Amino acid sequence: MNFFARLYYRYRRIIKAVSLFLIISGPGIIVMIADNDAGGITTYAATGAKYGYNLIWLIVLLVPVCYYVQEMTVRLGAVTKRGHAEAIFEGFGSFWGWFSLADLMVVNWLTMVTEFIGMAAALKIFGVSPYITVIGICVIMGIMVLNGSYWTWEKITLLFCAMNLIYIPGAFMVHPSVTDIVYQGIVPNFPGGLNNDLFFFLMANIGTTIAPWMLFFQQSSVVDKSLKEKDIPWGRVDTYVGSFLTGVVAIFIIIVTGTVLKGINIEDAAQASVMLMKINKYVGTFMAIGLFDAGFLGAICISLASSWAFGEVFGWAHSLNYKIKEAPWFYGLYFLLLITAGIVVLIPKAPLVLITLFVQVVAVTLLPAALVFLILLLNNKKTMGEYTNTLSQNIINVAIVVAIIIISSIYGVSTMFPNVLK
Amino acid sequence: MIKNFFKHNYAKIREINKKYAHPNVEMSKGVKISLLFLRLYLIFLVCLLFYKFITLVQ
Repeated sequence: MNFFARLYYRYRRIIKAVSLFLIISGPGIIVMIADNDAGGITTYAATGAKYGYNLIWLIVLLVPVCYYVQEMTVRLGAVTKRGHAEAIFEGFGSFWGWFSLADLMVVNWLTMVTEFIGMAAALKIFGVSPYITVIGICVIMGIMVLNGSYWTWEKITLLFCAMNLIYIPGAFMVHPSVTDIVYQGIVPNFPGGLNNDLFFFLMANIGTTIAPWMLFFQQSSVVDKSLKEKDIPWGRVDTYVGSFLTGVVAIFIIIVTGTVLKGINIEDAAQASVMLMKINKYVGTFMAIGLFDAGFLGAICISLASSWAFGEVFGWAHSLNYKIKEAPWFYGLYFLLLITAGIVVLIPKAPLVLITLFVQVVAVTLLPAALVFLILLLNNKKTMGEYTNTLSQNIINVAIVVAIIIISSIYGVSTMFPNVLK
Repeated sequence: MIKNFFKHNYAKIREINKKYAHPNVEMSKGVKISLLFLRLYLIFLVCLLFYKFITLVQ
């Protein structure tokens, strides 16, 4: 084979691999980017504003954490062809199944409310009334699912994921010092010592890394996409690309607020957007658009995670490949969650701050259970066969799960009792 | 209509309970310990939430 023939052969192989990746990718990228939801954006913006670039190293460390946890859902979904809720029912019986399903419903609904709070706050900056925001979102999200094709839904959602990268040009526009980012951000350090404030921020960042809905969403998404065992390697690449992108977005948000708003205590990302607008109109606008997009992505994934979970357990038709007439319960629950969560934001004097805090507490009751079940299911040789966790995977995953359980529990308890850490 | 809805779902829940009555995962010592830990952890959290509720009401 001459040189050009070999070059052509290699080119064809690369094109084939990229095409295959583009077909299989989706669940991992979507779930990871949606992980940077409205609450996540606020956490990163507040972290940058409070500590500058000093906590970037933590985000870098959290990238593999995201990957290792979510990769397990890919294997479990591709091998068992069951979503996480159904897998828990089948693996551990109806007690744990109902507990997980009910808890997931409560956590997801509350999280949906926080996504609507973020979206409404973001569009309010541009003068859009919350009523129009809520109605508009429900209509757009309805159109996205009602075409009866998982593929179309996924590609539209991936476009919204691409919009999440808006923070990157925003960061370049504030002209951060690369030297400062490298020296202050990459080497692990605890600015001002490991005090209560810093500990709270560390926990908040770790707490936003893995949310219960992510496990349910990605596994159900893998099943709905009909991924098979042979697709697992590409599913892993998809998950890795997603976790890398989520880290990149988080770092660029920290760079934006760390450069412009350092030393300022901010309460939410909308407030940061308004402050940024006074300094640089475009950067502030990008921050607001990003916040809206983050809330939108979060709302899409969370409402679907709930509908999938209920559909699996109750035996309803539960796929985005069905038309509304073929899966009325699945779409009915999707819209019920969406509309009721939107309405809460419109209620005058609704306890939105209390709801935001309550989400963190309730999530703590579900996350440890979902993670423990995930590890146990991945060790069930009877169903997982050759895809059972290896010893090294178990060591890494158990260490990650134990750390997440401890940290998220302390975070949840400190939200309930703010004086505990003082 | 509402009565029928609840009747249908009650029957469905009973069917689900029956279908998943026996756990599929082998109940080894490790699994049993993990599930016991989860139960204790959840009881602890429920107690904390209850305590918080009582202190809030007072």
